[in-house]
Amino acid sequence: MSIARLHRYRPTVRRSIRRGVMDPARLFAAHVAMGFRRWSTYRLAMVAGAFTNTVFGLIKAYITVGAIGAAGGTVAGYDAATGATYAWLAQALIGPVAVFGWRELALRIRTGDIAVDLARPVDPQLAFLAADIGRAAYTFIPRGFPPLLVGALVTGLALPTTPLPYVLGLVSAMLAVVLSFAGWWLLNLAAFWLLDLRGATTLYLVASNVLSGMIVPVHWFPGWLWTVASWTPFPSLIQTPIDVVMGHATGTEALGLIGTQAAWLAGLLIAGRLVFRAGARRLVVQGG
Amino acid sequence: MADRLRPYRVLLGSRIRSQTAYRRSFAMDVLGSMSIGVLEFAEVYVIFANVDVLGELDFAAAALLFAVANIAFSLADLVIGHIDAIPTYLREGTLDAFLLRPLPVLAQLVTSDISLRRLGRTAIGGAVLAVALPLNEIAWSPAKVLLLVTAIVAGAAIFAALFVCAAAIQFWLVEGSEFANSFTYGGSYAAEYPASVFALPVRILFAFVVPAAFVAYLPTLALLDIPGPPGLPSWLGWCGPLMAVAIWAVALLGWRAGLRHYTGAGS
Repeated sequence: MSIARLHRYRPTVRRSIRRGVMDPARLFAAHVAMGFRRWSTYRLAMVAGAFTNTVFGLIKAYITVGAIGAAGGTVAGYDAATGATYAWLAQALIGPVAVFGWRELALRIRTGDIAVDLARPVDPQLAFLAADIGRAAYTFIPRGFPPLLVGALVTGLALPTTPLPYVLGLVSAMLAVVLSFAGWWLLNLAAFWLLDLRGATTLYLVASNVLSGMIVPVHWFPGWLWTVASWTPFPSLIQTPIDVVMGHATGTEALGLIGTQAAWLAGLLIAGRLVFRAGARRLVVQGG
Repeated sequence: MADRLRPYRVLLGSRIRSQTAYRRSFAMDVLGSMSIGVLEFAEVYVIFANVDVLGELDFAAAALLFAVANIAFSLADLVIGHIDAIPTYLREGTLDAFLLRPLPVLAQLVTSDISLRRLGRTAIGGAVLAVALPLNEIAWSPAKVLLLVTAIVAGAAIFAALFVCAAAIQFWLVEGSEFANSFTYGGSYAAEYPASVFALPVRILFAFVVPAAFVAYLPTLALLDIPGPPGLPSWLGWCGPLMAVAIWAVALLGWRAGLRHYTGAGS
């Protein structure tokens, strides 16, 4: 983001601080806007991401349809149309839900830049969260729409015709965005204790990718793997929003799933605050 | 000859020493790399928990297909995968340093790193291969052994060429580097499944544009003497090396054009 653009938002923040009122809602909104603007700068990267998600969607949709065909028409309640739709929706969620995560906070901890975040009169977790919501808001259409469009053209999509699943699905997708943030926030905080995060990051990526239903629907899992998944927050990232928006889960079942998402979210955000405080207490930044 | 290779040996040696210097980090990296192999196999496993046959392949044959594709890709990734960091070199202008040395840039980049951690993934592929081979009924003959070895070597060469193609494109698309992932990682993904599940246009894309089907699917069919889908005769299983040569020619031409297009970062 150019300096000029950044400054357009800074006055809002500075004014609130000068007045000494620190209106939290306006501060949060300013950070959301900054996150949105930051990501909207990299347009070619966005197109490239959407293109890659779509190519993988193509491969995945055909494998899913092929497997369903081989199983005699349905696998765990998915027929060819709903199976393909699942694959495309999962690809569409990669960008907004940030399935592959982010490492910015870990890098700031390692370089010591985190000291600047701690010196600001803004809660670091809230500031990062707001920026991430801005990012998700920007990526929602450009990363989500192309895979769905190609999916509609190539295999067709089986989506509900009533508005309610979409409304609930949007709520569930938003919860998934913040839940993904809360998980990656915790993983990034490991940088307070570990010098090298690559191994830990890879393990987290693998666990979240399998258990969220990103690779194949959680409903397809053999019993033992399903039990493992259901004890983690990961199905709430991909499987839940898709179940809700496809009308796979309706009524109280959908509300129950959204409640599970909210419970995990609250737990992880609180854990994130506690771990951050513990990490910041042992932090030593060199130089000045 | 030995004299000419000495700089590369020194470079590689230094990289290997530096990676293994931090033992715990290295162990975590290897573990992470192994888990990527496990992740990919998990997809095959879950699919076959629900179906008996996919494409023309049962679970044992699909595991063999997966193993060949996975070993080939992980070897290419080990030797040349770090070249996907080239957008960083281009953005920061650090490629200039490579241009100043009296060695070919591509050879320098390839030997500038060797990601030993990726052997973890090769190990998973190897383990799957070791289990899958006895489970399949293969009419072994010297030709079949040769076919299996050629498939893995040619497959690694094909993926390595795809990495070079992807790196060459970066000279024009610095910021859009993710485009290239569709063909490198996408090719690897497509190679792990029977090409017969794809609709015809996608099958042609992953057979003749990105020759992923030549890495594992066609050799597996030939190895198991399974007739493939119409339009893909079984002798195609032997054509991996030809495809590797063809795609390497494209990759090297592309790389040369990209390097000529490069004008430095102005630093």
